[in-house]
Amino acid sequence: MNRALAGLLTVFAPLSLATIGGGQATVAEIQRQVVDVHHWLTQAQFLSDFAIARLAPGPGSLMVTLIGWQVAGFWGAVVATLALFGPTAFLLYAVAYLWRRHRGALWQRALEGGLRPIAAGMIAAAVYVLFGSLEGGLAARVIALVSTALVMYTRVNALLLVLGGGGVLIGLHAAGLAG
Amino acid sequence: MSSIATPSDRPSAFTLFLIFARIGLTSFGGGLSGWLLREFVQQRGWLSEEEFLNGLSISQALPGVNVKNMAIWIGYHLAGRTGAIAGFAGIIVPPAIFILLLCTLFTALARYPLTHVGLAGAAAAAIGLSLSMAITAVRRVRRSVPPLLAMACVFVAVAILRWPLLWVALGLGTASVAWEFRRLRAQARAGRESGA
Repeated sequence: MNRALAGLLTVFAPLSLATIGGGQATVAEIQRQVVDVHHWLTQAQFLSDFAIARLAPGPGSLMVTLIGWQVAGFWGAVVATLALFGPTAFLLYAVAYLWRRHRGALWQRALEGGLRPIAAGMIAAAVYVLFGSLEGGLAARVIALVSTALVMYTRVNALLLVLGGGGVLIGLHAAGLAG
Repeated sequence: MSSIATPSDRPSAFTLFLIFARIGLTSFGGGLSGWLLREFVQQRGWLSEEEFLNGLSISQALPGVNVKNMAIWIGYHLAGRTGAIAGFAGIIVPPAIFILLLCTLFTALARYPLTHVGLAGAAAAAIGLSLSMAITAVRRVRRSVPPLLAMACVFVAVAILRWPLLWVALGLGTASVAWEFRRLRAQARAGRESGA
């Protein structure tokens, strides 16, 4: 295995285990490793990868696929992706298996009941932060609220909803109603 | 509201792979867990809200990218081991290939300001998926002081004080689980005594 691939593996595999509550938490650490420690990318390249990952569909952490690609080509992309997503996949599989085997056990119900409010708080916090960082001013916030109501009270398809949001904001922008 | 699927109408691993791939490739704007809730609970009714939220709590508590954890959880729940593999592969591989292609495309499109406006609108609409999931999750927390307090503390610590997620989850998560364990044990004991 060449040095770049080994480097990607030793940076992203440990990070995978430190990711709690979503990939966003590790962005700062990825930046430190990739830009400051290993000099694989410049700051500008890193920010551009980050922006693309945010615009693209799918998990935002696929940013590491782009980084791996730029560092070591095709195999770099494969190694970086598997290093970040692989190790914890086995952990989750083991837990899902144990869950099914011990369905209804006291510790299991305690974990489910105890983690429920923690997860709810984390999701609510994530939405709060996202809502605050919305671009597109008041119009975007109204779109977000209308879309919430549509999700809760209709069966509208998620893709149509999101495309509609993009279309409406472009329309308002073109009509001079949104900054 | 949602019906629990009987074993016969549960999907094959290949169907799951296609569904996760489709969600992975179309979930513009982020908020992937919300897309999963929409698909598996609200539209197909393969999981109850309860089952989904249990999986979501565990996916968040364990290390790893949440949505990948959630895909494995749902896949395993619906179709066993091959289902788990299908979930993992579907949510990772097609979007990973797509993002490399998009990297080229976006660099070209980024010159047009309307691209950014459109994506901002898509992101705003996608918040609807996240917010409706947050409302569902909050509504399903037991109405009693300790869990509601734990939820409020997590929200303040993460959203307002911006404390690191890892320590908030470890500290408050441990406390909340320990409390729930004590409560359930006391409940079980009381049940035994009244039964005897």
